[in-house]
Amino acid sequence: MTPQSSFMILAPVDSGRVEELRRILASMNAAPGRADANNPLLPFGRFDIHFSRLVILDDPTKDDIEVYGVPRRSYPLYLAMLADVDGDADDFLAQLMQHSSKGLRTIFSCCQPAPRDDLKAWIEQYRVEPAANYINWRGRTVRQLREEAALAAYLQQKRADVAGKPPREMHRMLRGYVDAETAAGRLRLTPEARTPIGWTIRNLANLIGVPLAVLLLSPFLLLYLPFFAVILRSKERHDPEICPVPESAHAAKLSSLEDHYVANQFSAMGTLKPGLFRRSTITFILWLLDYTARHIYNRGHLTRVSTIHFARWVFLDRKQRLFFASNYDGSLDSYMDDFINKVAFGLNVVFSNGVGYPKSDWLVLGGAKNEQKFKYFIRRHELATEVWYTAHPGLTAADLERNTRIRQGLEASLSDEEASEWLALL
Amino acid sequence: MASASVSGVDFADIQGIVRFGYKHMTEACFLLLEIKDAAAARVWLSSAPVSSARDQKPPPPTALQIAFTAPGLRAMGLSEALMAGFSSEFLSGMTGEESRSRRLGDVGASAPAGWRWGGNPQQAPHLAAMFYAEPGRLAGWMSTLQDRIWESAFRVIETLETSDLHGREPFGFADGISEPELDWGLRRPFVADQLTYTNQLALGECLLGFRNEYGKYTDRPLVAAGDLPSAEDDSSKCDVGRNGTYLVFRHLQQDVRGFWQFVDRAAGGAASERDKLAESMIGRTLDGDPLVAATGKNGFTYEADAQGLRCPFGAHLRRANPRTADFSTAVNGTLDKLIHQLALKPRKFRDDLIASTRFHRIVRRGREYGPALAREDALQPAPPGDPERGLHFICLNGNISRQFEFVQNAWLMNSKFNGMTGESDPLLGNREPLIDGSGTDAFCLPQAAGLSSRVSGLPQFITVRGGAYFFLPGLRALRYFVRAGA
Repeated sequence: MTPQSSFMILAPVDSGRVEELRRILASMNAAPGRADANNPLLPFGRFDIHFSRLVILDDPTKDDIEVYGVPRRSYPLYLAMLADVDGDADDFLAQLMQHSSKGLRTIFSCCQPAPRDDLKAWIEQYRVEPAANYINWRGRTVRQLREEAALAAYLQQKRADVAGKPPREMHRMLRGYVDAETAAGRLRLTPEARTPIGWTIRNLANLIGVPLAVLLLSPFLLLYLPFFAVILRSKERHDPEICPVPESAHAAKLSSLEDHYVANQFSAMGTLKPGLFRRSTITFILWLLDYTARHIYNRGHLTRVSTIHFARWVFLDRKQRLFFASNYDGSLDSYMDDFINKVAFGLNVVFSNGVGYPKSDWLVLGGAKNEQKFKYFIRRHELATEVWYTAHPGLTAADLERNTRIRQGLEASLSDEEASEWLALL
Repeated sequence: MASASVSGVDFADIQGIVRFGYKHMTEACFLLLEIKDAAAARVWLSSAPVSSARDQKPPPPTALQIAFTAPGLRAMGLSEALMAGFSSEFLSGMTGEESRSRRLGDVGASAPAGWRWGGNPQQAPHLAAMFYAEPGRLAGWMSTLQDRIWESAFRVIETLETSDLHGREPFGFADGISEPELDWGLRRPFVADQLTYTNQLALGECLLGFRNEYGKYTDRPLVAAGDLPSAEDDSSKCDVGRNGTYLVFRHLQQDVRGFWQFVDRAAGGAASERDKLAESMIGRTLDGDPLVAATGKNGFTYEADAQGLRCPFGAHLRRANPRTADFSTAVNGTLDKLIHQLALKPRKFRDDLIASTRFHRIVRRGREYGPALAREDALQPAPPGDPERGLHFICLNGNISRQFEFVQNAWLMNSKFNGMTGESDPLLGNREPLIDGSGTDAFCLPQAAGLSSRVSGLPQFITVRGGAYFFLPGLRALRYFVRAGA
C-alpha cells in the first residue's frame, strides 16, 4: 500500500501585494472554481495529487473575538497551499522542486519574505502539519483510482457480450476479457506497492501509543472531568453566538466557485474562544479525531458521512486560530445537511470551541442542530478558494468505492451469490 | 402591538392552496404580472377576495391566490430592512446566480436564457394571480376581478392556462398521490432521531412562523409593529412570515410523444413491455399503484426492496421521495444507536447514501396544461401545430434551499444519487454530460441475477420554460404589504 500524505505550505503575504497575488492565482484557473490541470505555474496533473488548493486566509471574522472583551489581534495574512498526495510528502516536495520550482517562485513571490536563493529551505520553513487529517480511503492512489475507473468503463462496454449467462459465468468471461486487455496493454491494473516500512512502524506506534497515553493520563483526566464539566457548562451558558446571515456579496462569490464538478472544496477559518480551557479541549479532541481517522475511519466513511474525500484541521498562530479544509461530494447545502443530520455531535465537539458557534450543550448536543444558525456560521467563516484542483472531476467517493469493489471482485473467486452482488455494481 | 392568538392554527389567515388542492375547481389560470402602478396595485389588492384555508360548506366555487416575487415586494415598496428577513434564495431568485442554475439543472435547453418568462429582468414577474374555479366558471371569475383598477395596476407578462387531465399528468400517469401530511394539529412531537419513516410533517416545513422538523423556527421577516400575528419565538415582534410559505413555480414542458416513442423503441415495440419500462422509470403503475408491497397507495418504504429489483433506484419517485428515516438501517436501543452514529458496524455500499427524507419534503400544488394525449396516439408523429403539453409545477415549502432545491439538486438532477452513476432523473434529467464528459442519460433496472438491464441514450423529455420563487403570504401579511409601502 502507498499511503497518502498531506502537504501544506503556510506563508505570510506582503499585504501590499494581495491583488497581484490574486491575479497570479487566477492565472492558474481554466475558469473560476476550476484549476487548469496543466497550468504552467503548477501543472497539478503531472503529479500524484488527489486534490490541491491555493487559498488566501483572509478571515472576515477575525475581529469577532472582541465580544469577549479581548483586544483585536493582528495576524499575518497567509497564503496556504495544500495538496493531498500519494506517498511521502518529502518526495512530493522533491518532485515539485524538480518540475515546478520556477512556478512556485512566481506563486510565492508576493510572500513576505519571498523565497530567495534556496527555495526548498524557504518552503521547509513554512511547511505546517495538520492537527488532524482525514483520508477517505487510505492507500488508494491516483493511479489506482484512474485504472479502476478505466476498468469500470471497460466492463460497462462488455455488458452486452455476457448478457443472459449465469452470474459466475459472466464473472469468468469478464475476467477473461480483462486479462486479454491487460495482456494487450490496453488496460492496466497495477498491483499494490509494498507499504513503506517506516510508515508501518509509525502507524503501529500511533495505534498503540495514543491509547497508552490516554490510559496513562486517565487518572488525571478523571480528576479533571468534574471541573471540566462545570467550566464547560458555565462557558456554554455565556458564550455568545455570532451567526448573522452572511453578506450576500460574500455568499455569491463563494457560490460562483461551486458546483462545477461533482465534488466541491470547502475552506474555512475562525478564532478559538479565548483561554486555555478551549485550547486544551480542542487539542485533545483533534488528537482523538486524528487517531480515529487514521485507524478506524479509513475505508470510505467518517462516521456516517461517506461524501468526504480528504479533510484537515490545522492550527494557526500558536493555536489561536483554526483552519479547516475539505473536499466533498455534492453541493454545500447537501454537505451541511448531511453533517447536521448525521454527525452534529462531531461538528460540535470541534467547532463549538470556536468564537460565535451556535450554542452547544455538553459539547455534543445543540450546536449544529440549530440548522440555520449553523449554516450561516459556516458560510460566514468560509473562504474563497482561489485555486482548486481535483484529479477526478467526474467521480464521487461512492464512484471510487464502487470501482474499487469492482476491481476487488474481479480479482477474487466468487460464489453465485457474490457474483450476483458483484455484477450489480457494474 | 402584536395581536391574535399565538398558538393553534388560524385557517382564516392562511391562503387556501396551502391546505386544499382545490381539486373540485378543475379550471385554473395563472397570470404572471408586473406592477405598472403601485398605488393602483395596492387598491386592487386591498379589495381582492383572496381565499383562505378556513372550512366552508359548501366549498366555494371559485378561489383567488396571490404570491409575490422579491422584485414584486420591492415594487410594493417594502423596506430593505424587511426584505432582508426573507431567505437568500428567495431574494436572489431562481435564476439569480449561475451556480443555482447549475444545481437546479437549468442548463442546456433548460437554461434561463431560453425561458418564456422569468429568465431575464424584462420577463420577471412581480406577482402571480392564481385563479381557480369549478367547471364553466373560470372566465367569469377572472373577468369580474380584472376590472379597471386591475388594468391600470398590472401588465400581464404571461397567461398560463391549465387543463384538467382528471388526475393524470401529461405522460398519462396518475399524479398527486403522495403528499406529506402536514401536522395541522401541532401534535407531532419533535424528536432528535426519527427511526422509522413517517409521512407526517411539521407544519413549519411548509408554513413560516411554526416549528419545523428541527423544532426550530425558519428565519423570516419580523417587524416591531403592525397588524400581524405575533412571533411565537419572539413575543416582542410581529411575524410577517407567519401563515405564509415560499411557492416555487416551474413551467415544465413535457415531450409526451418523445417519451412514449422512446420507451416504445427501448422495449422493442411490445405494448406491455413498453408500459412496464415507463412504469419503472416513474416508480408507480400508470394507475398510481406502488411498485413495492404497500398498504394502500401510499403506505410503503423501499426498505424491503434494498436491491431495487421492484422499483429501480433511479425511478423518478424513488428519487423525489426516497422515504428514508434518519438511519438507513434498523436501530434497537441506545447502545445500538451509538454504534450506528459512530458507524462502527460493517457497512454496505449503499448505507447512509441518501439523506433523511423528512428534512426534504415539499407540498405539491401543480396543474397540467395542454390537451390530453393517449399513449397510443403519442406513438404517432406530431401533426403540424401540435400543442404544447406540460406541467405548471408548483410546490410550497418553508426553506427553498433545504427542501425544493435539495430535492431537485441532490436527488433528481444528481447523476450520482444513491451510489449510481451515469443517470439522472429519467423524467426531469437534462442529459447534459458532466464536466469530464461522462454521460447522464442512462437508466438502470437492477436484476436479481446481478447485471442490471441498462437503457441508454434517454433524450430530454422535460424542458424548463419558465420559473420563479414566490412568497405566498398569510392574509394579514398581504394586507400589511398593501399598507407598508403606501
